[in-house]
Order: sequence, then C-alpha cells, then structure tokens
Amino acid sequence: MTALAAPRLSRPGLAAGAALVLLATLSLLVGVIDVSPARLMRDPEAWELIFASRLPRTLAAILAGAGLGVAGLVMQALSRNRFVESTTAGTDQSAAAGVLLMTILFPAAALPVKTLGAAAAALAGTSVFLAIAQRLPPSQPYLVPLFGLIYGSVIGSAALFVAWQTDLVQYFAVWTRGEFSGVLRGRYELLWISAVMVGVAWWAADRLTILSLGRDVSTGLGLDYAAMMRLGLVIVSVISALTVVVVGAVPFVGLVAPNLVTRLIGDDLRHAAPWTAFVGASLTLVCDLIGRVIRFPYEIPVGVVMGVVGALLFLWLLFGRRARG
Amino acid sequence: MILVENVSHAHGPNRVLHDVSLAIPRGGVTALIGPNGAGKSTLLSLIGRLLPLQAGRIHVDGLPVDATPGRELAKRLAILRQDGAVASRLRVRELVGFGRFPHSRGRLTAEDRAHVERALAAFDVMGLADRFVDTLSGGQRQRALIAMAFAQDTPVLLLDEPLNNLDMLHARELMRRLRASADAEAKTIVAVLHDINHAAAYADRIIALREGRVVADGAPCDLLTPETLSVVFGQPLRVERIDGTPVVLHHL
Repeated sequence: MTALAAPRLSRPGLAAGAALVLLATLSLLVGVIDVSPARLMRDPEAWELIFASRLPRTLAAILAGAGLGVAGLVMQALSRNRFVESTTAGTDQSAAAGVLLMTILFPAAALPVKTLGAAAAALAGTSVFLAIAQRLPPSQPYLVPLFGLIYGSVIGSAALFVAWQTDLVQYFAVWTRGEFSGVLRGRYELLWISAVMVGVAWWAADRLTILSLGRDVSTGLGLDYAAMMRLGLVIVSVISALTVVVVGAVPFVGLVAPNLVTRLIGDDLRHAAPWTAFVGASLTLVCDLIGRVIRFPYEIPVGVVMGVVGALLFLWLLFGRRARG
Repeated sequence: MILVENVSHAHGPNRVLHDVSLAIPRGGVTALIGPNGAGKSTLLSLIGRLLPLQAGRIHVDGLPVDATPGRELAKRLAILRQDGAVASRLRVRELVGFGRFPHSRGRLTAEDRAHVERALAAFDVMGLADRFVDTLSGGQRQRALIAMAFAQDTPVLLLDEPLNNLDMLHARELMRRLRASADAEAKTIVAVLHDINHAAAYADRIIALREGRVVADGAPCDLLTPETLSVVFGQPLRVERIDGTPVVLHHL
C-alpha cells in the first residue's frame, strides 16, 4: 500500500518531474512578446515580463490543472462513478452562481471573501447532487453523469438569467470559461490554496480510497463515513471555487486525468493522487500552450482547447476500454 | 460473545425481524440458514452495525454495537457483505491491506504486512495479488474479499453467504479454514449459508430463521431432520447420514 508512496523518488516520478519542468520552461518562453533565452541574458525587462506575467500564468495553469485533476479523482471516489467531475456534477456552476450572488450582494467584497461564497455554494450544490445521485440505481452508472449534466445546466442557466438581469453577463462568462491570459502577479495567488487541498487529499488518501468502496465496507473498517464524505466535499468544492473565481471553469481535466491514471495504476489514492495532479497539470499546461500558438498572435482560451482535447481523450478512454475488454 | 436481545426490524412497511433473541458464545462456527427473505442478512448486518438498530439490543464482547465508536468495533468484528467492491480498481494486495486499516489507520507496519500475506496465501489469491479487483472473476473476487475480512484479524467474523461464486473445492477449503480458525484461535464465526450440507459438516450450531423468527436452533445432528427442515423451508427434505454427519438430499 505504501511501497510506491513517493513517486518523486521513483524513476517514472523523476521522468514526470522532468517533463513538467520542460513544459513549464516552454510556457515561460512562448508568447506574443519575444522572450528568448538570448534576450534574457542581456535585457532585465524581459525578466520583469517573466515574473509579472509568464511565471504567474504558468504556475496558475499547473495549480489549476493539478487541483482539478485531484478534485475529479476525489469526486469519483465520493460518487463511486468514474464519469463524474466538477463540471458534470453542478459544482462549477454552483461556484459560479455563488460568486455571482456575492458580487450582487457585496460588490465591494475582496476576492477571498467572494471565493468563500463560491466555495459555500459549490458545497451546497455538490451535496444536493450526491444526495440525489446516491438514489439512482447503481446498475446504471451512466445515469449519474447524465443527471449531473442536466443538474449543472439548470443551475448554470438560472445563474445566467440572474446575471442577465443584473448586467453581469460579461463577468459570468469569465467565471464559466477558463482562460489564463488575464493571469498576472497578484491575481492568481489564491490558487495556492488549491495546492493545499491537493495535499489534504493526499493526507487522507487511505480513507478516501476506503470511502470509494462504499458505506458498508467503510463502516466495517471503522471509518466515519459521513465525516469522510464531508471532508471530500470540502476538498472538491474549495478547488472548484478557487478555479472558477481565479481563472474560470476548465472542463474535462477532472475527468480525463483521473481516468488515465487509475486505468494504469489503479484506484488507491495514495499512488493515484500525485500522478493525477501531475497529469492534470501537464494537460492544462499543454492546452494553454496550444491555445497560445495555434492562432498566433491571438489566443484561444484554455477552456475551449481543453473542450476539444479533453473530449477526444475521453472518447479514446471510453472506446479503448471496450476494445481491450 | 454475541448477545441479541428482542431485536425487531422493518424495511419500510415490511417487518423483517420479529423479536429475535439469541446468544452466541465465544469460539465456534454458527451457521444461519433459512429461505430467501427470512431475515438472515438483516440480522447479520444489525450485529455488524451496518444497519441502525430499530428495536432491541445487540452486544458484541459486552459492547453495545449502536453506541460503541466504529474504530473500536472494527478491531473486534469484521463483516463480509454480499456485494462489496465490484468495480474497484484496487490491486488484490491493496484491497486486503485495507483490511488492516482498523489497526494501522493507514501506513502498514511489518506486522500488518505479515497478516496481509498470510490472508493472501490462506485463500489462494497470492497468484492474483497484483491483479486489479475489477478484472477478477466472481469467485476470485469473493476470495479476495474474504481474505480482506480475515486480514482484519478480529475475534468475531460475520460472513454473509461466503460461499457465493466459489467452486466446490474452494468452498470446502474456505469452510475448513473457518473451522480451523474457530478451533485454533477461538474465533467466533457467524455465516449465512445456503448450502446446508456445508453447515452440517463444519458448523457447531445452526440457527434457522423463517419469516423473521428463529424457528430452530441447535447442533447440526439434532437440527437437520426432515421434520425440522419442513418447519424451516416449508417442505420435507430427505436426510441421510454419512459417517455420522447428516447430509440433506435437497436436490433429489
């Protein structure tokens, strides 16, 4: 259970770390303003650009991607369904509705306060989703994400209506469509809390894995099922709220990263959580890079790129599974 | 020691158990038998605190199951249900390792690992130890789940239809293991069994339920008679004796 507990020390772990460093370096160098290594040698202004914009953007992509991946993994353990993530469980839509309400009711509130409101709304929305999802027949696993999609759309539409009435549609679009181009120093640091949540998930990995075996097994092993469920919900809701508020919702990361990882190394969160964080971060970084170069010098939001890349990966996961039996 | 006093239970409008009382002393194998819907699984789940107690009292080793912390009980009783971990992508060794959770709370010690390896060997799943549970056949998965319950290493073991999906040789091997643990380690084992002949050959005591009531309770030799079986199952069954052990010819 713990032999491979620290993938950083294993050989695949080192390779993964090297890959992420490589991607991050690329991300620092790619953009409208030329920041080649040669220019960095002689121009201090280039360094300023790196620290003010490129590095925050790169870190935001890594933090958001890692967080969303792990949030998806935890969500799948809570719901005991592999096709659930924060965009298909009403979590992101609830978070967006929450920050919208905070903006209407307390327009002067600071960003952390609004984020707290978003997290509370995400918690409430996801709790309702799980309460209903547990009543769906377990013999029909596809019903759960289907229900989640409809449920999320209902919340999203209601919130959009409110945004329309209050002239906040533009803001609402920012929260519901992930984009890293606006990320600057001083405007992404809240995302570090997402990293803390990933740490909490790793700390509670054994208990979350037992939770994924169901209520009876959890109770039989002496786990406080309800308390563990609450902890999982808090992890998912906080990560979702932070991502929605800081960069906007990014779809598919929470679906594709955990499914890729658990397919290969299994459901034990002790191993799966660090790898899911890595895959989520890399995937998000790659999609952001694609969005930056595909229509250079214009940018395509990461949410859009991820929609295409993630959907393709997900289809491959679905049908690849069947082909291999 | 398991003490059940005046337990009644209802699933919605259906009364499943009616005022059941029984005492199961420490050590030995007890088989719960009875037709489908007799309340066997409900009784086992209530003893294993997987269902909330509605009426009556249940004590395990003197501890009330509804008021003792879950962690405390998990060191005293392990329960195997009929439908665990079907779609889980855990390796068999990881799954069995989680059976040690009540003792280790996560990180496995060398002693925990020894328990895991023993359980893997005892139920013939050593060769499957690195396979994912969702790739196993029904019988292999059943053995992995039983190994997990055994790894929990509790004085009381509750098994709901442990012979499910097992071929006859693995079924016999499991019953021998249960017998051996009861004899050598004084474990208290209560199992819901549908194969009445395994109960006859390996149990010390058979408790028969019908429509939520205990209708017969005693040693296999005394209990397995055409008359008693007729009371339990509603029709007389032929019983022969081979080497002193009753054999119910239910298929003839």
